[in-house]
Amino acid sequence: MNSSMLFGKLTFDALPFYSPIAAGGAAVIVLGGAGVVGLITWLRAWPYLWREWFTTTDHKKIGMMYVILALVMLLRGFVDALMMRAQQAIAMNAEGYLTPDHFQQVFSSHGTIMIFFMGMPFLFGIMNYIVPLQLGARDVAFPLLNAIGLWLTAAGAALVMASLVIGVFSTGGWTGYPPYTELSYSPTVGVDYWIMALLVSGIGTTLSAINFIVTIYKMRAPGMKLMQMPLFCWTALCSSLLVIFAIPGLTVAGGLLALDRYLGMHFFTNDGGGNVMNYANIFWIFGHPEVYILILPAFGIFSTVIPTFSQKKLFGYNVLVYATMCIAVLSFTVWLHHFFTMGADANVNAFFGIMTMVIAVPTGVKVYDWILTMYRGRLRFDTPMLWSIAFIVTFVIGGMTGVILSIPPLDYVFHNTLFLIAHFHNMLVPGMLFGLFAGYAYWFPKATGFRLDERWGRRAFVFWVVGFYLAFMPLYVLGFMGAARRMAYYDQPEWQIYFVVAAVGAFSVLLGIGCQVIQLVVSIRNRKGTMDLAGDPWGGQTLEWSTSSPPPEYNFAVLPQVSELDAFQVAKEAGRPYVWPTHYEPIEVPRNTALGPIFGGLAFVLGFAVVWHIWWLAAFGIAGVIATIIARSFAAETTRIISSEEIMATELRWHADVRAKQEANS
Amino acid sequence: MFKDTMLDPAGPVSAATRDLFFDSVGLMLIVVMPVIVLTALVVWRYRAGNVAARYTPHWGGSRIVELGLWFMPVLIVVMLWFVVWNRTHALDPYKPLASGQPPLVVQAVALDWQWLFIYPDENIASVNRLVFPVGRPVTIELTSDSVMNSLMIPALGGQIYAMAGMQTELNLMADRIGVYDGRNTMFNGDGFSAQVFTAEAVDVAAFQSFVAEARNAGEALDSASFETLATPTIAGPVRLYSSVENNLFHTIMASHGSMPHVAADASSTMHAEHNP
Repeated sequence: MNSSMLFGKLTFDALPFYSPIAAGGAAVIVLGGAGVVGLITWLRAWPYLWREWFTTTDHKKIGMMYVILALVMLLRGFVDALMMRAQQAIAMNAEGYLTPDHFQQVFSSHGTIMIFFMGMPFLFGIMNYIVPLQLGARDVAFPLLNAIGLWLTAAGAALVMASLVIGVFSTGGWTGYPPYTELSYSPTVGVDYWIMALLVSGIGTTLSAINFIVTIYKMRAPGMKLMQMPLFCWTALCSSLLVIFAIPGLTVAGGLLALDRYLGMHFFTNDGGGNVMNYANIFWIFGHPEVYILILPAFGIFSTVIPTFSQKKLFGYNVLVYATMCIAVLSFTVWLHHFFTMGADANVNAFFGIMTMVIAVPTGVKVYDWILTMYRGRLRFDTPMLWSIAFIVTFVIGGMTGVILSIPPLDYVFHNTLFLIAHFHNMLVPGMLFGLFAGYAYWFPKATGFRLDERWGRRAFVFWVVGFYLAFMPLYVLGFMGAARRMAYYDQPEWQIYFVVAAVGAFSVLLGIGCQVIQLVVSIRNRKGTMDLAGDPWGGQTLEWSTSSPPPEYNFAVLPQVSELDAFQVAKEAGRPYVWPTHYEPIEVPRNTALGPIFGGLAFVLGFAVVWHIWWLAAFGIAGVIATIIARSFAAETTRIISSEEIMATELRWHADVRAKQEANS
Repeated sequence: MFKDTMLDPAGPVSAATRDLFFDSVGLMLIVVMPVIVLTALVVWRYRAGNVAARYTPHWGGSRIVELGLWFMPVLIVVMLWFVVWNRTHALDPYKPLASGQPPLVVQAVALDWQWLFIYPDENIASVNRLVFPVGRPVTIELTSDSVMNSLMIPALGGQIYAMAGMQTELNLMADRIGVYDGRNTMFNGDGFSAQVFTAEAVDVAAFQSFVAEARNAGEALDSASFETLATPTIAGPVRLYSSVENNLFHTIMASHGSMPHVAADASSTMHAEHNP
């Protein structure tokens, strides 16, 4: 392709007129984006958004923005899923409605989005909001770093979205195996978009993880020992540690692939001494821990929700902590099971099969602990609890198929088939997504002051769970029948009925998502009825419930003193849940800063420029980053003081809410 | 519905794989079934409405119970370890299959998006059609002339990757006559979905006539005709070649060759061999 000085490889051919469906998708994105921008402009909300949200360094608002980003990307990723299910339901001895090239972009963006731009931001959002509150901390350790992490993640997501409109996305799947993704086989910009999106968001994720680790180590409430932290904080810690050690694998794999593509190097090419096996090796050293990065915090959410709605203490806290740590360490010892079929020696394969099974042990123990937490409890079936119960039952099925895949001779048969697809969706949908939905419903009243509508929540739950089983159980069957993953069409008549059932399942999930959208609208409209500003709507056990909903910017006017696990539950049982002093100290909080959006914007520009070989723009992006860092080093006043009067006024309002609730209850 | 799959095995490898599948599922159900049943029972019995059920809000641990919790999964997994170690060695795709007959050697080359099968002893080749005698082991040596591929014949057993510049190996055998599906399972581009071939297990006479048919095909497979064949083709026809250029398989590997000094120290723990 010719390359111009000014626009690099970018020409009008980059617009998605290669297929009406792609053009339609691009139009939806462009019109949707324009609609949102227009609405904000019409409401004159830009100054408010800039001041209160975009430039914030408040971990709670950052957390909410992560979750909003994740929910938007969930919609996009799910549309991809629907498109695939529709294609495969009709593509028996037929082309279907998607060209192979378009189908390949769809499955690549589905996986990339769901893992990196739905799962990760959703988790980091909930962790951001909840971890400092559960620790009894006023803030995270590095609020600015935190904001930059959010905006880099958003920049990565924006690159994936941009590929829908300008150019194409990768067709190499979420794993991007070379040599297929090398220039000689994938000459378009799709793979470059994929690499840049992952590199940019990978930096953001790493920064956020560093922030969480330091926050958890250094910012716990006075007296709170590590073994007195809520379990969710433990899982956030493990997950963050995994990020620090695992993401470099992705950065190296993606970076070396980029060097091959941009500078003609030969790390993973067929010729010149390249070795494709090395990519698989490096990628999965990241890829397997990534599964636990996604799933451990969800385990933490279940470990919070299940005791609360069982109105009982969590069973086996110590065991759960050790099991979590075991899983975190073991997750680095199993990566080879992703390529048993690459021709390794039987000793090597058997070793990694055995290591993989070892992980099943602490995971199994956790499941028993959750059941024992419910045992002799008083179970309330609010939606967070429903998601948790569905998780337990569904997850063990996925666990079983996981152990099946960890046995090398069985993997030889199931590898690359839809059995594998069914397995990892069977882990990540209940294990991660149901956990995220449970956390979303559970902590929504903390963030907003009012609960989500229970009736629509239950409807969403039913559609999701039914949809999950209908969508993925047929894929197990298809895996037995030898159906490979990523097929745009097929010629086996007996497969079709299973693909049709799976499409029905996807449609049921669509109804579930529809219910969730309605739920949000209904909940906001009926918020008066479920308002609970006092802050403890569920009878929570941990410190986030001991402050108002939503919490003030400084979280706690007085830092809680902690000497036991489940500090708030203990205080409530002792009859003194709240400590209300008569005198308040002023509190220092970080100032707002435009650095987050600036870095995010520059990262997007840099990524986009590199994708299209627009080198002057890339230089501008890099120079901008350097200039911003230098400019920031001159900023003297990075914090501001909230006066004791202001704090007193805020706190007294909250005290009145709490008293009103106590009177209403008595 | 599972005709000619692992559940309806057509050869010793897939039969052994099926047995392994049922053994391991059986073992795991010992852990998994109680979870599902217990969850249902506990959720029903301890619902908030059932005030008759015991309620112990502060019961958060019990050393004996916790030890017990580790016991069952550890026991099952330790049993599975032995299963894994033994069967991984027994069912190693590189391991020659026990048989009174010497294996038929086939060299499979993954192309965009077809399969080329070279029969070095018979000095013939076929495309998108693999024919072999029933009851005689088949040793498939694999390489790729393009990106990573993975060859699988579900009726006969598992798969192994085919990678450019390297040779991998798969040993299979059919013990009943039939025409089975074979395919590439590793996504490799636009023609991926159509990259299928027939794997025909036939009696000795039919195999001989297949060889004769190929010998009469007329076209020889040399570097020039290979180059034509290797151009990207979606849903290409079955082809036969009457003879094959000497050492073509290794020539193809060498065309993607690693640099000589790299090839010399190919890792000893990998079966996958770099081309010398």
